[in-house]
Amino acid sequence: MNFSIDVLKNDEKALYALRQLYQDHGYTRYKVSKFEEYDLYAGNKSFLISENILTFTDTNGKLMALKPDVTLSIVKNIRNNDANAHKLYYNETVYRTSAGEDGFREIMQTGLEYIGSIDDTAIAEVLMLAQKSLALISDDYILDVSHMGFLTGLLESAGIEAEYATELLGYVGTKNLSAIRAYCASHGVAKEDEDAICEITALYEPLADALPRVEKLVRGEKMRLSYEQLCTVLKQMQAKGAEGRLYLDFSIVNDMSYYNGIIFQGFINGIPEGILSGGRYDRLLARMGKRGGAIGFAVYLNLLERLEIAKEADKEDA
Amino acid sequence: MKQMINIALPKGRLGEKAYAIFEKAGYECPAIHEENRRLIFENPEKGVRYFWVKPLDVVIYVERGAADIGIAGKDIILEYSPDIYELADLGMGKCRMAVACKKDFVDNRDRTLRVATKFPSIARSYYNSISREIDIIKLNGSIELAPILGLSDVIVDIVETGKTLLENDLEPRETIVDISARLVANKVSYKFKNQEIRKMCEDVEALLGGN
Repeated sequence: MNFSIDVLKNDEKALYALRQLYQDHGYTRYKVSKFEEYDLYAGNKSFLISENILTFTDTNGKLMALKPDVTLSIVKNIRNNDANAHKLYYNETVYRTSAGEDGFREIMQTGLEYIGSIDDTAIAEVLMLAQKSLALISDDYILDVSHMGFLTGLLESAGIEAEYATELLGYVGTKNLSAIRAYCASHGVAKEDEDAICEITALYEPLADALPRVEKLVRGEKMRLSYEQLCTVLKQMQAKGAEGRLYLDFSIVNDMSYYNGIIFQGFINGIPEGILSGGRYDRLLARMGKRGGAIGFAVYLNLLERLEIAKEADKEDA
Repeated sequence: MKQMINIALPKGRLGEKAYAIFEKAGYECPAIHEENRRLIFENPEKGVRYFWVKPLDVVIYVERGAADIGIAGKDIILEYSPDIYELADLGMGKCRMAVACKKDFVDNRDRTLRVATKFPSIARSYYNSISREIDIIKLNGSIELAPILGLSDVIVDIVETGKTLLENDLEPRETIVDISARLVANKVSYKFKNQEIRKMCEDVEALLGGN
């Protein structure tokens, strides 16, 4: 079968390029069925990007759902009683609503999961693949990295129970310093802690420059471990020559009941929202009764349409 | 070439005040003062491009990246909860979101409360937080009329001085939240135009701090 690569649209090209990338690094394709029993999602709604789920009744009367997410299906079906890590990738269509929009959309998504015993080398490998995925799509990309342990460690040392501080985490997520200060004042948080929370919220620097700057904020075991993990991962990335375009940004917060360690988000210049999102989600495994840890990410290929439009606009400008 | 920063300003008094701050902070664009029907004004030297949009639409332009930064009231941010950064409180356009009703109104918790408002999400989340069952009546203006004509029991609206309420025999009751103008930014623009946006934010804040 012969055809010119030019007939492919951006998202299709990316799909095949990413498949090649993941296979070259020893990941195998994992195919999941189009439908899942609704119960799987009903019990894990906050793991999903949107809570709306497209459901239908199967011929046997069971309530089924068109899958809004792939990770849950993979984790549910994985057998982790062997010592080996599972290195998987997928290309699937998912069905969900996006914020502020009515109606369901079909979204093409590709992603990668590393499930098993996770060490710093595994984290660095997944981060590097996230970075390479972005680079395949455009040279002008940014990968933001954060660590849930660092943030929650800081909040805990300030006497704030992170799991119940969704309001405060929302302010961190929107870099809203004035609201953080107001929150700290009304919750009796010490001035020194308040300043530290504001400092890491406002922080946006290349990872290599930012880490020495946040070292002085480290207190307690949890923060120290998180800090050291970020440093080790950075070193491993540097050894591979892959530390460029990595930024430290604690404003990318994700649901605490699922994510626990390093989390990250990827952006392409010209696409007004994040195109890649991922992180360490040991807690999801624990919730589903599995052992070990997991880290992975998803790439939202449907957003690549925006890139074509942006490129055309640039051409017209020139 | 200097990176252009697209700035969405809300049409009206607040937007004009906000532009005056930008101008003072060194991001002037003289063309904006000319009397004409143009929608976009730019000053390539300073790397800024301004445009006027409906106040309600500022967060939409910013969230979708058509504007890198914008000036939006906290009321609009709360109503639409867009996925954007809220970088600074400009401390101008101060007012509050409050519940108001006829002076002789007594709330009867035995009945569903009828609430007329331009801000259904804010009203709903406020009454949810106090476990009150309500019936929302979404209006687009002249909210004060609703309780007078018996369309609703109370209204949830912006109260600045309370003069309009007073003149119509209404009074403000509970304050839901204090409102002021915010400098907001698109999350992705903030990353790719980081230095420019941060510098602008600092310049604006320095000016406000000096007041």
